[in-house]
Amino acid sequence: MSMSHSQPTRRNLLATAAGAALTVPMINRAWAQEPTDINILAWYGHAEPDIVAEFEAQNNVRFVPKYYAGGDNMLALIAQSPPGTYDIILSDAEFVQQLNAAGYVEELDASLFPFDDFWPEYQNFPGHWTGGRLWSVMVRFGLLGVSYNTDTLSREEASSYNAYWNPKVAGKVGHFDWHLPSLGQISLLNGNRDPSPFDIDENAWKAVQERTLSLKPQVGGYFDYGGTFSSLKNGEMLAMCGIGDWITGVLQKDGAPVASVIPEEGGIQWTESYSIGKGSARQEVANKFIQYMLSPGGQVRSIQMAAYPGPSPTKSGWKAIQDANPAEAERSGLIEGHDQSPRKLLAEKRLFLRDIPRQQTLEDWNDFWSEYKTA
Amino acid sequence: MARIPSIYPHVWRAPLLIWQGLFFVGPLILMVAMSFWLVRNYRMEPDFVLANWERMLTRDYFWSAYQVTFLRASLAAALASLFAFPASYALAFKVSATARRWAIFFLIVPFFTSYLVRVYAWQVLLAESGPVNAVIGFAGMGPFTMLNSGFGAMVGYLTLVMPLVVILQTFSLAAIDRNLIEAAWNLGASPRRTLVRVIVPAARVGLILGAVFAFILSFGDFVSPFYLGGSKPPTLSILIIDTTKSGQQWPRAAVVAVMMILTLFTVAFAAVGAAYRRKA
Repeated sequence: MSMSHSQPTRRNLLATAAGAALTVPMINRAWAQEPTDINILAWYGHAEPDIVAEFEAQNNVRFVPKYYAGGDNMLALIAQSPPGTYDIILSDAEFVQQLNAAGYVEELDASLFPFDDFWPEYQNFPGHWTGGRLWSVMVRFGLLGVSYNTDTLSREEASSYNAYWNPKVAGKVGHFDWHLPSLGQISLLNGNRDPSPFDIDENAWKAVQERTLSLKPQVGGYFDYGGTFSSLKNGEMLAMCGIGDWITGVLQKDGAPVASVIPEEGGIQWTESYSIGKGSARQEVANKFIQYMLSPGGQVRSIQMAAYPGPSPTKSGWKAIQDANPAEAERSGLIEGHDQSPRKLLAEKRLFLRDIPRQQTLEDWNDFWSEYKTA
Repeated sequence: MARIPSIYPHVWRAPLLIWQGLFFVGPLILMVAMSFWLVRNYRMEPDFVLANWERMLTRDYFWSAYQVTFLRASLAAALASLFAFPASYALAFKVSATARRWAIFFLIVPFFTSYLVRVYAWQVLLAESGPVNAVIGFAGMGPFTMLNSGFGAMVGYLTLVMPLVVILQTFSLAAIDRNLIEAAWNLGASPRRTLVRVIVPAARVGLILGAVFAFILSFGDFVSPFYLGGSKPPTLSILIIDTTKSGQQWPRAAVVAVMMILTLFTVAFAAVGAAYRRKA
């Protein structure tokens, strides 16, 4: 048996050289410094590629997410971890004070962040500052109102929380299974606006409970994040209490006939803010990431986040989304003068910050929620 | 000369005891202890207070959830036993050994897939716009609301337990001494009388164990009542989740869990007692 030995030819030589040239970047990549892990504690979606991939590539970091489901869950995860476990903490704004009180977050340097670019309404967010010291930076927010199936209810019909009692949605009203937003909405329906639907006396609290219990015959179920999506999408639920565009915005992209509207009684604003975890060894890059997320590009990503959209608190963010995706700007009301513009709603006192109960304990509200579910 | 006791039985027994000690008795003791702890600033602190027990056991919603869970699990056990029996009977007495082996294999196959995935599949099938309602629609009926209801939850429970109940019943029926059945026939017993007086009593252990497993699995199930039942009304497993979600009250959740375990122990011991009880 003979073996053939090929002679080097110009073609072979060129092919080998090209192969080597193409391989070199790979070798370099392998030799490059390993990316630094950034531990982030957040709601689902905040460390997914649509949000962090560009920052990771630019800064040679890798986000390691720990996703939580609710403020209590977040606080517990921090409480059970040693200081320095989390570099970045994304928190619902109403929990920032508790983060700070428990000493779970580092003080932030306000000069690093573009507060001049924030709309005035969001510059001094309650609880984020104490005596001029900054603990957390608002990065996005969203509005909770009436979410409904547009084939069943008209926008006018959905423009009041009374829509939940509409016979057209009998047995088809779902609840996002968290007491704060649902009870906050019923509180608004009862006219508890001054100072807030979450700051109510005992009589008003009793009235909220009675009103909520009267909704029970209309209720079709209580759902988590995934269940809320699927039940609205497949038409099992025709109206959903306690949510807003953060759910229906995603479904709309899929072509589902759903929408959210801030009703005449007013809406509730959820707010998400970044803090730096106490004892983080990577504060510099954490600050850089917060700056990145507050930049126009970061805000466009945040507004269109795949997991759930969230409007921007910055002027440049509004401008950037109007340029990048005018339809999204229109849909989410990020245009001055728009009838669902968050700023307009705030000015009209039709928007209230989601909060923890001020005159009752969280336990009281949660107990009632359990009673309501079993009623 | 006194016989030196052999250590071999103890050696063979040791792995089981160690396993049970590490993964059952240990966690159980921890959970019972935890039910007396306190939560301060979202952190559990070892203590010995009765506050969690007092709080949970004096809440109407706990007892409502308990009642719902017990009734649903009982119904699931009864329905699964009833629906499984004809299939088990056919597999035990009417088909060849080869066919029985294949059938047992196909009954095991569902366990290869995640129960959660199967429940998600039911969500699609049972939706008002889903295939089941579409078929019913051809008969000019419906659509019926099957999801987010007790019916939906029951479909999920049966999905979980039916294969296991059929397998246990089949093994039990197939092990009956055929001579007993033939004797009953020779003595002139009707098929129905043979079934009631001979076959069912002889297969009693397997039939009861099948029902007990169905009860145990349904009683503790979270997936079906949540994803197919719409948490309406909540069961004890959903109550555990709710309790931990709000204020991280793991000690109170431990109270619920201990109550569930006490119930399961009671039911299981009573059932096993009934299964192995000698006829008076």
